[in-house]
Amino acid sequence: MTGDVRYEIRDLKFAYSRTPVLKGISAKIRAGDFIGIVGPNGAGKSTFLKVLAGLIRGYTGNVEFSGTAISKMGVRQLSRLVAFVPQETHLVFPFTVSQMVLMGRAPYRSAGPAGLFDSRFDLDRAERAMQMTDTLALANKTFTQLSGGEKQRVVLASALAQDPEVLLLDEPTVYLDLRHQIHFYDIVERLNAEKKTTVISVTHDVNLAARYAHRLLAFRDGTIHADGTPDTVLTPKHLYEIFEVSAAVLKRPDGRGNYIIPTS
Amino acid sequence: MDAATTSFPHPESAVRGLSAKRFFAVIGPCVLIFIVVLGLTPLVGDRGISLQGLTGSGAEHDILTIIRLPRMLFGALVGGALAVAGVLFQALLRNSLATPFTLGISSGSSLGAVLAIWLGMDVIFLGIPVISIFAFAGALITIALVFFIARSSGGLPTFTLLLAGVTLNFVFGALVLFFQYASNFAQTYSMTKWMMGSLNVVGYSPWVRTAPLAIISVVVVTILSPRLNLLAAGEDWATTRGIHVERLKTASYLIGSVLTGAVTAFSGPIGFVGLVVPHTLRMIAGPDHRILVPGSFFLGAAFLVLCDTAARTLLSPTEIPVGVITALLGGPFFIMLLKRKPGELW
Repeated sequence: MTGDVRYEIRDLKFAYSRTPVLKGISAKIRAGDFIGIVGPNGAGKSTFLKVLAGLIRGYTGNVEFSGTAISKMGVRQLSRLVAFVPQETHLVFPFTVSQMVLMGRAPYRSAGPAGLFDSRFDLDRAERAMQMTDTLALANKTFTQLSGGEKQRVVLASALAQDPEVLLLDEPTVYLDLRHQIHFYDIVERLNAEKKTTVISVTHDVNLAARYAHRLLAFRDGTIHADGTPDTVLTPKHLYEIFEVSAAVLKRPDGRGNYIIPTS
Repeated sequence: MDAATTSFPHPESAVRGLSAKRFFAVIGPCVLIFIVVLGLTPLVGDRGISLQGLTGSGAEHDILTIIRLPRMLFGALVGGALAVAGVLFQALLRNSLATPFTLGISSGSSLGAVLAIWLGMDVIFLGIPVISIFAFAGALITIALVFFIARSSGGLPTFTLLLAGVTLNFVFGALVLFFQYASNFAQTYSMTKWMMGSLNVVGYSPWVRTAPLAIISVVVVTILSPRLNLLAAGEDWATTRGIHVERLKTASYLIGSVLTGAVTAFSGPIGFVGLVVPHTLRMIAGPDHRILVPGSFFLGAAFLVLCDTAARTLLSPTEIPVGVITALLGGPFFIMLLKRKPGELW
């Protein structure tokens, strides 16, 4: 069933200059899954995600996408399969929302003079992505003037315009208020359910992870400490080992998994 | 939600992209300004050109074809090239205050020119002034030095690039001062005059030497312009959307630098064009590089030719250094643009 596997990672190691950050990560990520990556600061979560996104190259070990090593793919080929949403996007130049979303069509743009204009098809794909993210009404606004929540939805729209098979989210809601956090992840959940887009999301918020993800990878000190459903990963024992905090695990009243209350 | 809902009749989409129509709606007026300025300014001067001068063969005709046309054509090329180089450096450094000279090219060229003057090589070699050859060599050495200092592990980090450029700017600036100090009065005057920048060229030779390079560069940069949008939005942003960022940065740096070095070798450093023109266009038409690059070429050309016309006529028969005019004309205009209320065009 290798056709079902999106990412296959074997013994991934990476160091920034001399400090090792990833110390031998192995994991298989299946198509259509919704993966949450949790763990303390400095555990290597974001670095891991950046390797998957093709933003970090000099690693050792193997990272394959649908059977092909991503190190052998060009950035263009990878960008048609995988899209990335960072924590924040700072712009110097006042691009409009439309322009930002249309840049998501760059992986499909002809490199020659024909790629100078936006095609009808590109506009349609961008419009569809903006409908899915509730950003169509912002189309002619300047990106820099949007609120944090609007910005992240626009960046998500730009990522969706890439028509990716996998969506990588690097703490996308860390600077958003509660309402916008839920709004963002509800959109992502719908994409995962309706379009079968594979989602891999890094988050500090174990409760967000427990609510939305189907499978959690808990990172600690550059390794995967626990791997499984939210219920099996987010136990008081694991939480103590990973975050070094005591926590109580309670049932959510709406039946959507558990929620965690730190008690120390 | 597939073919059925996206097919015709398609209402006007809320998504505003760049169509050929919109492209020409902005570039058209730029070209028009370019044509009007280039068509009219050669007729302006301390000696007017009559209709006879246009067609005949008298003194007026000679002034037009031997003095004013070459100067205007060269000015257009320098203005266009510097404006496009400005756009490139602003995208590369993600800083709207970057100019073609931010990374040290003006001081490299100046050092070359100053050295040639100091050595007394105020001669013509193979139809090119030796000062220009030295200035271009100075620019190329600067480009290479900045490139190899900033380059690390296959990358070209923006911050290191900026730091290397600014540092070399100071080092070469100090050397320029040293040679000026070590020169006699006549030499110092020539040096200062060169560094003020001037479009007072003789004949079509400087134009012929730089035009092919400049025009090819502008065409290549226009083709790269969709990618420059992504680079200007951020390096990770561009990489995750399929842009080979290091390659694009290297290409942008080299094209922008060589373009600047080539025109500066003949004109000397002329400031403000590379800053004011892209900025103005950005305020009017937005930051889309597909418009900024070709638009800046035409507006940069028109702007510098206009400034040069003022430079040679305002205090005629004395000439004002054109760099003084670009700053005096461009500065207030620029401040006016900055102070306008958002939403209104002027």
